Amino acid sequence: MAKLYESPAAAVAGIPDGATVMIGGFGTAGQPVELIEALLANGASGLVVVNNNAGNGDRGLAALIGAGRVRKIICSFPRQSDSWHFDAKYRDGQIELELVAQGNLAERIRAAGAGIGAFYTPTGFGTALAEGKEQRAIDGRGHVLEYPIRADFALIAAHMADRLGNLVYRKTARNFGPIMAAAATTTVAQVATIVPTGGLDPENIVTPCIYVDRVVRVERPVTELEEPGQ
Amino acid sequence: MSSTDRLGADQIAALVARDIPDGSFVNLGIGLPTKVANHLVPEQNVMLHTENGMLGMGPEAHGSQIDRDLINAGKVPVTELPGASYFHHADSFAMMRGGHLDICVLGAYQVSARGDLANWHTGRPDDIPAVGGAMDLALGARQTFVMMYLLSRNGTAKIVSRCTYPLTGLRCVSRVYTDLAVFLIAHRGLVVRETFGTDVEQLRQLIGVPLVDGTRPAGDPHLAGRGRAS
Repeated sequence: MAKLYESPAAAVAGIPDGATVMIGGFGTAGQPVELIEALLANGASGLVVVNNNAGNGDRGLAALIGAGRVRKIICSFPRQSDSWHFDAKYRDGQIELELVAQGNLAERIRAAGAGIGAFYTPTGFGTALAEGKEQRAIDGRGHVLEYPIRADFALIAAHMADRLGNLVYRKTARNFGPIMAAAATTTVAQVATIVPTGGLDPENIVTPCIYVDRVVRVERPVTELEEPGQ
Repeated sequence: MSSTDRLGADQIAALVARDIPDGSFVNLGIGLPTKVANHLVPEQNVMLHTENGMLGMGPEAHGSQIDRDLINAGKVPVTELPGASYFHHADSFAMMRGGHLDICVLGAYQVSARGDLANWHTGRPDDIPAVGGAMDLALGARQTFVMMYLLSRNGTAKIVSRCTYPLTGLRCVSRVYTDLAVFLIAHRGLVVRETFGTDVEQLRQLIGVPLVDGTRPAGDPHLAGRGRAS
């Protein structure tokens, strides 16, 4: 059952050097900026980060990368107009990149949470991203074997939680939150609002509390305050 | 289409929009294809999918409509239409990979005469690769249309006998909409459906791959485009 935490710093306590950390968000939508910056302050280094992108601007994941805390990133779309921290580290050879097609990234995360050993997917067959991977023709179509991605921690942002840790999201900020919550040993969610147990319609709960370990309220997250980036 | 001049981006987009059957579920890739949305008419009842977890995407948001939690795959703030729905990333790509989308429209660096697509990486050593959802989209939609200028900046044709850029997917493109012509990739070969400010013979010189002349008199523009092209 999830526990409520007083601050982002308390909620990310205990993330060690070298941990694999999933970070929710697509660009800045759903990015748990306050949790990431608490992780930055807690000092952990040599991290393996799983995210769709590789940071935007100077806050959140970009700051964590810029500070040299990320040893490796597993993502689908690192290069963006505002990914200068990643770009610099990559060109200096200071960060390892595992590039994964976005649907394979999502399904590998989902597979980890669902206890799937591996799966064959047509995505990427015949491309550079399939090199070195097992391949098989199924119904006459080429498929590539892909393995799950698990994590020690998932840091995600949701719209509301109840005191048990059931979560609902807002619009396209849902993105990777539900699947990352299930794929990590310890899932930390920052939410704008916490309501009493029973305060969420059970029909509308997207992430059931069984997947959520720590909840912290961040009333006005930075992602609501800044201008949208590209 | 009886245009005697090569088309501009909006005119290409209008052609693509015209060819999308009523009631289709469609994903528009980032870049040039996003312009197609401006030319869809409400009577077509086309529902737009965005890979970051939404069906029923509306036009770009402006001013007070901007919501940080509601963005498209290009991370541009958008709006929602009545009947819109949200879902997490693994569901979004399952929708794609599972063949539920009727059409996706993508940009390209190169398309081969048999429908191989290259649109994610230039392959240059100093270029940071970023694949995003391109591989899943190209493979997953029931039809993949490419929208691009036929010639690169240095004047070489982007329809080629064999792609030299890293591949996104094999034999996945069914039509190519360009400023100079519309091409169908069919069992009988690469068919020119219509031309703009050029003719099939000039295109043969320009592209250097065998072409089937499928052009027909103006006023009968839809015939060649009916049904699945490959």
